[in-house]
Order: sequence, then C-alpha cells, then structure tokens
Amino acid sequence: MENMIIVKDLEKYFGKLHVLKGINLEIKPQEVVCIIGPSGSGKSTLLRCLNLLEEPSAGDVLIEGESLLNKKIDINALRQRVGMVFQHFNLFPHMTVLKNVTLGPINLRKIAPKDAEELAMKLLGKVGLSDKAHVYPDNLSGGQKQRVAIARALAMEPHVMLFDEPTSALDPEMVGEVLQVMKDLANEGMTMAIVTHEMGFAREVADRIIFMDEGYIIEEGSPDQIFNNPSNERTKSFLSKVL
Amino acid sequence: METWKIIEQALPVLAMGLIETIRIATLALIVAMFIGLFVGLFRISRNKILNFIASFYVYLIRGTPLLVQILFIYFGLPTALGIKLSPFSAGVIAISINAGAYLVEIFRAGIEAIDKGQMEAGRSLGFNYSQTMRLIILPQAIKVMIPAFMNQFIVSIKDTSLLSVIGIAELTMQGQSIYASNFRAFEILSVVAIFYLILISILTVLSTYLERRQARV
Repeated sequence: MENMIIVKDLEKYFGKLHVLKGINLEIKPQEVVCIIGPSGSGKSTLLRCLNLLEEPSAGDVLIEGESLLNKKIDINALRQRVGMVFQHFNLFPHMTVLKNVTLGPINLRKIAPKDAEELAMKLLGKVGLSDKAHVYPDNLSGGQKQRVAIARALAMEPHVMLFDEPTSALDPEMVGEVLQVMKDLANEGMTMAIVTHEMGFAREVADRIIFMDEGYIIEEGSPDQIFNNPSNERTKSFLSKVL
Repeated sequence: METWKIIEQALPVLAMGLIETIRIATLALIVAMFIGLFVGLFRISRNKILNFIASFYVYLIRGTPLLVQILFIYFGLPTALGIKLSPFSAGVIAISINAGAYLVEIFRAGIEAIDKGQMEAGRSLGFNYSQTMRLIILPQAIKVMIPAFMNQFIVSIKDTSLLSVIGIAELTMQGQSIYASNFRAFEILSVVAIFYLILISILTVLSTYLERRQARV
C-alpha cells in the first residue's frame, strides 16, 4: 500500500540552529506513530514540517504522494487532508464550540450550514461534548478544549491527524479523557502521528515508536522493542529517566 | 438677557457648522479605517517593499504637523501637480490620511496582540492567509482595538477644527465668522466648545457601550 507520509532527508534550520539533521520517515495508512524524545530534540518541528507550518530547509515531505514543496500544489487544499491538534488547543475564542467545529466545513468544504451543524454535533458527541455546543471556549476545562480541538480537526475529514503534545498543557486529571478520544480514533483506523510524553499511552496505542534526540531519529521500532529492548544507549538513558 | 439673545441668533449658523464637522469627520474616518486596515496589513507583511511603504507613510504623517498637511494638500498640491481640490475634498483627504497613519499602528498592534497559534490553527484547517485574517484574526483583534479606535476618532473630530484655515464652514469656522462681526468671542466660543463636548461625549458613551457589549461575549 502507498505510504500516507514520506519524509526524505528533511533538514530544518532556525537561523544558525540546526534542528532537524536529515530525517527519513514513512507512515503507512492507518498506522499510529508516536514520536518521543527529550525536549529540544526536534519532535515538534518535525511534526510541524508535515503540514508546512514550518518550511523545511532541505529535503522533501510527501503527503499521499504529493510533495509539499512543489510550488504548484495547493497547500491549503492539502492541509485540509491533514488535521492538526496543538498543545495549546488554539480554539477560536470568539466563536462558540459549534462554530469552531463548523467554520472549516462551511467555508472550505462548502457544506450547507445545516449539514455542517449535524456533522459537528455528531463529532461533539463522539468526543463527549454534545452539551457544550453553544458554550464559548473560555468556559471549558483544558481537557474539554482539547477534545473540541480534535472534533474541529475531524470535521475536515482529514486523511491523517497530527498531534503536537496534545496533553502537555493539561492538568493531570484531564489527560485521560483526551487520550481516550485519541485511542478511539486510532481504533477506527485513523492514520496518526503523535508527539507525546505519555509513555504509557504510546506503548498501548502506537504501532511504531520513533525516538528522536538532537535532530536525529535515533531508533524506531514496535513499542515492545523500544520500551523493553532499546538497542541504543541514548534511548535507554532517556527511557530510564521517564519511565 | 443680551447674552442669550446673541447665542440664540448664533445657534442656527453654529448648528450648520456642527453638521459640516460631523459630515467631514464621518467621511474621513471611514476612509481612514480602510487606509488603517490595508496599510496595517502591509505593515505586518513579510514583503519588504510593502512594509517599507507602510512604515514610511506612518513616519511621514506622524513627523509633520496636521496643519502643514492640510495646507500642503490644499495649496501645495495644486501648484505642483495642477490638481485643484475643493476645500471640502482637501479637508476630507487631509483628515483621512492623517488619521489613517495613526490607525495603521493601531491595526498593527491589535493584530500582533492575537496569539500566533490562532493563525496556525486557521492555516492548518486549510484556510489561506486572507481567510484566516478575515474570519479568525480580525474579529478578535478589532475587539481589542475598540478603545484605541475611539481615542483616534475623538482626536480626529477635534482636528477638523484646523480645517477652518482653508475656509471650510465647519463648526470652528462658523464661530469665527460670527464673532468677527459681533465681537462676542467669549459667548460664541463657549457654545462652539460645548458643541464639541457634546459630540465627543456621545462618542464616549457609544464606545463604553461597545466595549461592554464585547466584554459580555
């Protein structure tokens, strides 16, 4: 089967800072990949290169066979197929939860407002927030906000979902509800790339774990392989600190 | 009792001046809002040329007195370019360009105050830059900008009094023409001042109302 995402020799500089030093990566359809590693290792930058929120300095990124760096492709159309969930939710505070979710479908997918609302209500039901449809984001807890953000991304019916530390800004008691939604999504066959510090979650849900450090992919493999039999010293030392 | 008579006689003319002031200010501020928005977007653009144009415009207008700008547009431009403007057009243009420059900075600051995650969230859904600006960034930014807008509107309304120098029959000019013939400058200028105060007070009340309405959301 064709790969959903292909990353080829990806390099990224921020000024003189070399953040990604030649990343190669393939993600298959329906695969759930968790990217772990110490802060500053380039995990988030890698993820943000996958929908061109960061412009790669060298190399290439292909989504469903289309290169993001090809000037002829419509990046906005391509981004509709790549959902993104942020650490700080980034909900639109001037709109109700329902409007947050329907904004994309109505304006980009040109779905009739009534149908968009129906879709939004279905998705809000899925993340357990049907009763919050008419509330403004400021009145939600962190966990609720993140679940709305997931529903908002899903409303574009993306082919792949990117999660950038989706639980890092949450109070501990709210982490579980967000991870549960992500788990359900994985079980439904969504292709997912997740940058996370939740090792238990990664072990349980991921098909593959990628360990990054200092701009390199140091090691990748099945959760069992990475967590129980890491072969690289740096992986071992990182896991010994976080587990 | 004579004082009241003087004022009573002056009122119709001063009211006409007030209407002219409102007419000029309204037109000029509408134009200024467009200038502020678009040049404000130039100002935050990564395009160096647009950015330079915007910065230079603001620099030029902030660095010169409004009176000089008014005289330049009314007397200076015709001699150099051969364009003859009516006093009214020259007045509206001068106030628009002047207020526009200050509004550029208000728009820039307002837009920059919005968390950059909002732009990223919009773009990652598939909105292009201008859609994200229109649907997501500006509605939030304008809310933040309302007090600054109102402040600039108040300043610009008062600035229209300078247009008396090019003979526009606005409130101040009408006042001058009345006391030039009856020599009752104290009474007439008091009424002129009160008219300005009333106008500004209405705007202040409106501004407070708008802010309170926005705060509820």
